This record gives sequence, C-alpha cells and structure tokens, in this order.
Amino acid sequence: MRFKWSILAIVFTVITVLSGCDRLLVLDPKGPQAKTQADDIIMTIWIMAFIVLVVFALLVYMLVKYRASKQSKDYEPPHIEGSKLVEAICIGVPIIIVTFLSIMSVKSNYEVEATPKGYENQKPLVVYASSSDWKWHFSYPEENIETVNYLYIPADRPIEFKLYSYGPITSFWIPQLGGQKYAMSDMVTTLHLAADEPGEFMGRNANFSGKGFAENTFDVKAMSQAEYDEWVQEVKETAKPLSEKKFDQLLEPGHLGRSTYNGTHLKFSPPPSAENGGHEHNSTKADKEDMNHADHENMEHEDMNMDDMNE
Amino acid sequence: MDFFDRFAIPHPSPVIYASMVAIGLTVIAIIAGLTYFKKWGYLWREWLTTVDHKRIGIMYLISALLMLFRGGVDAIMLRAQLATPEAKLLDAQHYNEIFSTHGVVMILFMAMPFIMALMNFVVPLQIGARDVAFPRLNALSFWLFFMGAMLFNISFVIGGSPDAGWTSYFPLAGNEFSESVGTNYYMIAIQIAGIGTLMTGINFMTTILKMRTPGMTLMKMPMFTWSSLVANVIIVFAFPVLTVALALGTMDRLFGTHFFTTDAGGLDMLWANLFWVWGHPEVYILILPSFGIFSEIISTFAKRNLYGYKSMVWSMVVIAGYSFLVWAHHFFTMGQGALTNSIFSITTMAIAVPTGVKIFNWLFTLYKGKIEITTPMLYAIHFIPLFTIGGVTGVMLAMSAADYQYHNTMFLVAHFHNVIIPGVVYAMLAGLTYYWPKMFGFMLNERIGKWTVWLLSIGFLLAFMPMYITGLDGQARRMYTYSESTGYGPWNMASFIGAGIMAIGFALIVYNIYYSIRYASRDIGSDPWDARTLEWATHTPVPEYNFAISPQVASIEPFWDSKKKGQELFKGSYEKIHMPNNSGIPFIMGCIFFAWGFSFVFGIWVPLILTTIGIFVCMALRSFEIDHGHYISVDEIEETETKLRGAN
Repeated sequence: MRFKWSILAIVFTVITVLSGCDRLLVLDPKGPQAKTQADDIIMTIWIMAFIVLVVFALLVYMLVKYRASKQSKDYEPPHIEGSKLVEAICIGVPIIIVTFLSIMSVKSNYEVEATPKGYENQKPLVVYASSSDWKWHFSYPEENIETVNYLYIPADRPIEFKLYSYGPITSFWIPQLGGQKYAMSDMVTTLHLAADEPGEFMGRNANFSGKGFAENTFDVKAMSQAEYDEWVQEVKETAKPLSEKKFDQLLEPGHLGRSTYNGTHLKFSPPPSAENGGHEHNSTKADKEDMNHADHENMEHEDMNMDDMNE
Repeated sequence: MDFFDRFAIPHPSPVIYASMVAIGLTVIAIIAGLTYFKKWGYLWREWLTTVDHKRIGIMYLISALLMLFRGGVDAIMLRAQLATPEAKLLDAQHYNEIFSTHGVVMILFMAMPFIMALMNFVVPLQIGARDVAFPRLNALSFWLFFMGAMLFNISFVIGGSPDAGWTSYFPLAGNEFSESVGTNYYMIAIQIAGIGTLMTGINFMTTILKMRTPGMTLMKMPMFTWSSLVANVIIVFAFPVLTVALALGTMDRLFGTHFFTTDAGGLDMLWANLFWVWGHPEVYILILPSFGIFSEIISTFAKRNLYGYKSMVWSMVVIAGYSFLVWAHHFFTMGQGALTNSIFSITTMAIAVPTGVKIFNWLFTLYKGKIEITTPMLYAIHFIPLFTIGGVTGVMLAMSAADYQYHNTMFLVAHFHNVIIPGVVYAMLAGLTYYWPKMFGFMLNERIGKWTVWLLSIGFLLAFMPMYITGLDGQARRMYTYSESTGYGPWNMASFIGAGIMAIGFALIVYNIYYSIRYASRDIGSDPWDARTLEWATHTPVPEYNFAISPQVASIEPFWDSKKKGQELFKGSYEKIHMPNNSGIPFIMGCIFFAWGFSFVFGIWVPLILTTIGIFVCMALRSFEIDHGHYISVDEIEETETKLRGAN
C-alpha cells in the first residue's frame, strides 16, 4: 500500500512521456541530429525504466516479506557479511549496461559533431549566428545578407552554424533540429544541423544571460531550396544595407523584432578568429575550407590574444 | 550622502522593504529578549565561546534549518511566478536574484551546514573520541560559515542580491553585465564560508584518522564516519579550487583584472571549468555523508548488520575519485568536441556502478531483517526509489549527445532536485529525527514525522516530475516567464501545487519540534532506537567529555555486540580527563571577518585594511597564547556519571 503512490506516479510519468512522443518538442525531431538524440533519449528511458522497476520490485519484496509485524517477536535477524556472487552480479550487470550506453554515447557524439547523416555529399550552408543582449544575429556570408531574430534555411541541406556572442555566454538551441551549443565571446563554436522537411520551429537561447533571457527567442523556418533562393533574392533587392553604425545600434541591450539587412557584420565586426579560441577543438579540414570561402580577408589581422596566451 | 547611496537596493520592491522592517524588528526583539531575560552571559559562556563539538553541531543545525526556510521561501516565490503563463508576480530582475540566492543558500548555507551539524555531533561520538582534533579551529569554522551566510543574506536588503545564477558564470557575473554589488557578495560571502569548510575538512580528516578509540581500525569504523572521512578528503582537495576561483572573480570585479572578462584575453570558460572542478566534487561532499546516514538508519531499523560493508567503503572511495574526473559534463555543449565529450560521458556513467552497488547493498540489508518503520526509516524507504529515479536520469544526462537536448532545461532542474532532495534533504531530516533524542533528550513525534515524510514525497513527485516533461518540451531553466502557447502552464501549475505541499511538510517539522518540546516524554533512556554504534553507548544528555572511559572496540557494531553478546565496552577505572578551554576568539574573529567581507563587498578600503589587521591580530593572539586546556577530576566524573545513570 505504502508504495502504491510512488509506483503509480512513476508509471504515470513514464507513460505520459512515452505517449507524448509526438508532442514534446525534443521527442518530435525534424532533422537527423535531433533524431539521433531523440532515439538515444527513448532508448535510455526504456533501459532506465527497467532498472527502476528492478529496484522497486526488490524494495517492495523486502518490505512486504521482512516487516517486523510479519515476524515472531523473538526472531533475531542473522549476521550476513555479503556474498561474492551477489556482489559480482551487482557490479557486473551495471557495468554491462554502462558499457553498452558508453558505446552508444560515443557513437552519437561523433554523429552530432559531424555533417548530418545522409547529407555528407552536399555542401553545407554556413550561417554565422551571434547573440547580443537579448537578440540573435544571423549572417549569411555566401548570400551576403543578415537577419535579426529570425532564421530562414533551406530544408534538405546541411547547415553549419558558426556561433559566438557579443556578451554573456548564450546557448543556441532549435530543439526540433538538434541540441544546443554555447555561443561565447572569445571563440567560435560549430553546430551541425539539418532540417529534413520544410516547417517552422522554435529557437531560443537556452543559457541564462540576464534580464532579457526569457524572451531571447527566434523563429526558424525551413523551406525548399527554390523558396529559399527566392527569399534571398528578395532580401537583396529590398533590404537596407547594414552599416557599422546600424549594427552598433542593434547590439545595444534590449529586445528587437525581426529585421533584415543587405550585407553582413562579418566584414567590420568579425567573429573571434582562431576558431575555437586557437584550441582547434573540433575543427576538421572541412571546417577550415568553409572558413575560407566565407568572407574572411579582414580577419587576418585579428589574431586573438588567446593565441598569445597559448604560446 | 553619496557614500550611502551604494547601500541602496538598486531594484527595490515592497517585499524587500517589508523584509527590511521584519529583519530590523527581529534583531530588536532578540536583543531586547536577551537583555530582559538576562541571557547575555549564558549565551556568551555556553554557546558563543564554546568549543564543544556537540554544541557547535547544534548551532550548525539551527543555522541550517533557518536557511532551509529562507531557501524554501525563495523556491515558493519562483514556483508561484511560473505557476501561470505570463505572470506578473515577480519581474525578471527579482526572479533572477531569487533563483540565484535559492541555489547558493540551499547548497552552501543549508545542505553544507546540515551535514556539518550531523558530522560535528555524531562523528566524535561514533569513534569514541572526546572532541575533534582541533576544537577551537572547529569553532572558528562554524563562525566563518555563519558570518559568510549572514553576509550573503543581508545582500537582499543592502546593496542588492547576486543575479547571475548560483553558478555565477562570467562574463554575465562580471562588472560589464552585472553592475550591482550582488556578485561581490557572492564572491566574498562564499569565500568566507568556504575557508571555514576547508578548515572543517582538515579538522575532521585528522579527527577520524587520529582519534579513534582503541580497537577501532579503519575497517571497523561505522559507515557514517567512513562517509564523513571520504567527504572531508574531497573537501580538502576540492575547496582550494573554489577559493582560487572566487579570488580571481573578486579581482576581476574589484581590481580590474581580466581573468574572465570578454576583452583583454579573459577566458569566460575558465570560470566554468574552475567552478565545476569544485562544483562536482561538492555534490559528493553532500551526498556521501547522506549515504552514511541512510546506512546507519537502514541497518538500525532492519535490525541487521549492514550488508557488504567492504563494498560500501570501496564504492565511496571510488566515487570520491571519480568525482574529480567528470566536471566537464556540466558543459558538454561548450564545444570541446566529440572526443572530450566521450571521455567525460564515460567517466560520468561509470559513477553509476559504485552508486548502484550502494543501492543494492541497502536493499540486501533489508533481506532477512526485522524491518521497523519509524520516521527515519520511512525517509530511507522513500529515499531508495526516489533517488534511483534521480540517479538514472543522471545516467541519461551523461549521454553527452542527448545532453545537448537536456542541457539548460527543466529536465536538468528536475534531475538535480531529484538527487538532492531525496538524497541529501531526506538524509538530513532522517538524521535530524534519528539523532534528535541524543541531542535534546526527547524524541520527535512519530505520527507527525510520518505525515511529514508522506507530504514531502507526494509534494516532491508533483513538483518535479512535470519538469522532466516540460524540459523535453523545450522549457529552458531560469526563464522568469513563458507564453501560454508553449503549453507549459498546467505542468508548472502542478509544480507549484507540489511545492506548496512540500512547504506544508517543512512547516510540520517545525510544528513537530514545538509539539514534542511540549508533550514528548523525557524518559527515553540513552538508546531509544535500539541502535548499534557507539554514539548510543553514552548517556543522554551526553556529558561534556562524551565517554567517561574510552570504549574498547572489537567489531563494526560494538554497542550491538555489547548488548547481545555481553562484550564489555568500558574497561578500567575513571581517570582525569583533559578537555579544551572555551575561547571567545573564534567568535570575535568571525565578527571581524563579517566586517571585512562587508567592507570588501562595497570596496570601502580603510575598514578593509583595519579588519585585515584585526584578523591577523587574532591569529597572533592565538599563536602566543598559553592554553593547556583543563582537567576534569575523577570526583567530578563520578558525580556526573552517577547523576546521569540515575537519570536513565
């Protein structure tokens, strides 16, 4: 009786989570990275539910069977040191589970840190996503346009986000396309995503960054390549150019609606160079090539002090 | 007037003004009460100057309970603000300050002193010692913790609270983005309390290694003592990292250095790394003694020896080692790349193995037992399943690729509350109930106690299970509001109701204390739970010297064996006992540290220099003081023993 409540609550939770698969954002993936992560999550939920059930069953069994009220008054519990076999099982089975999960984890790590599966042959679209209090700036170096607080991307094409921040650490997150990554002021991080189909998604900064954090969101729209090209063309024809002065205004702390510009800030306000702060963390050869076809001539001189520090 | 402007609250509200009045009135009431009842002398002689580990433990306990309610009120305000979409109860700035202080208060000023309280009271008794190795240092540890906590708490009414989260990540916590003195309070108050904790670590490590009673080898120590030893070793290795990180942060904020700034070569990720190199072991500093408490309780009320004693010890040692190898899992999303994440993912999951061993050992301790469900045992029984859920969600979070989705969401918030509340808070409340009769000579009411446990567990499930769901639905943590269209509303309302039920549970604890003071029987003997270890072998109330004769130990459960097999614990005759003298210096030094910290927070340099000199004067006084302690004569011991034996 005593455990009914906790057991019910647990079963209820697990069922709700699982039956809510088609509803909860993270478990409703629209791209290969989010799919990998959702699969991992579902798989671990099942394994963990099994472990929890084993513990519950053992606990209930012990409590039902060995309650003082069920035993004679003069029963003296025996002295039991422990058994090698039992302990070997208690160590062995978890080790097997953890080993299995470790293999899964490592495999998924390399998947989410690479060009999305199924898109290896396509040239990724490079988008620089930078945050400032409390906005997101999206620069498209190839198209030479820039947007604030909204992101249009072609579906069915890998996107390579280059993340950095004009201020506190933020975390770039589009739950339905894939997990988050930090944007920081002193290095550029790379996040590989892709949308399998056109659609609209919620994007936000997930890392607390001060007063305006709750509203630090952006809209994401994935569309067909043709629609995307059309949009780019339209922006080029209609949007105002992004001047340095205008960009400085945009950086002022506060909230802004959506806006669109011709040209990017990358030329006059380049991202922190020496990718990943000179640590060369996960920059593959492909990353560097991408860096080259972006507009980086002006960045040559900008050699972050971090390089100096590393010497 | 300019000088006083700095003390104003930058972002006031009626609640804060009301609190100022309330704090003022409370202080006046305490001073007036002490004067009226002529208790100043008593307070000074018996408490402020005491070096007795039992009294210091009780002072830790009172502080921890006070802070539990301070942090709890924070929690209720947070949940109330989030209960409905777009609520206007708190604005963003207040919300940010409240969740930042909630975290710091609960971890550093509630959980830590609660552990210190039980460690102080129980460990010397469990090992048959007469006090800790450095009694006066112990008093200083307490006063530094206490003054640090008080300094942190006045930030609320003087100058403004920290608002960058309990993790205080730079550059957000730097001058550039956090202009009020709030983060100065964070850096300096935690620094003062942290130095106290470091001293405790050294003190208890020495106590446990050097002051055990004859016959108690390392592998015959009670489990709580073992867990305290391991936790204190972790303290000694981890807290210096915090000291350094806080010192660097203080310099950034007050002296214009660039360790963590966005410009001039600062490295914001360095703070995150240093913070978690301390922060993760800190989690184990909290959880290991909690495991120790549960081990004692489960064994006592299953009426059986602890199953797998050796594997319990080894698993703790392994956990302690691992605790230093997993810190990067707090920021898998920083972009370290797949290889680094893989390594930290595996080390993190590996911790599940020794932790699992402990859970199974507790379960097997119940096997063939004679389980008595008392309040402490009920906490333990609720702890096992609830903590297991917290543990397995921890393994889920350890899958670094999937963590990109959990990170910074309510899923994470649900997870760590799911380990800390059933793990640490339940252990502390169970320990409080279990050791209460030894501390105060009467038991807490069982009926109210069991109601408390059930209310806490039901409230807990209702408050935190929905967070797993909203987390997976994209609700980020630390958001002060959300729109209705997100659909988080009903789940957050459930959380709020759950938090309310938990609040009733916590209030019942206070009622229970009041009720039991009035009605509980004082005739309970010295061993009301029929327990197994040495702390129950001495009288209640415990005499100043703990044991008139140092007990002789031949097994892990010497007291049980003395009761069942008639093994004699106390052999020999009374001899005079050497005890340390009381001293006012730790308290005075604590007060000077408070003034020092306050001057530091506001950058008022003259008092800062004067108080710094004061601190060194106190240390010099101690160095040149000739104090050999005092002896309790055989006559006096005989008198006390006869009186106490008669009382039982």
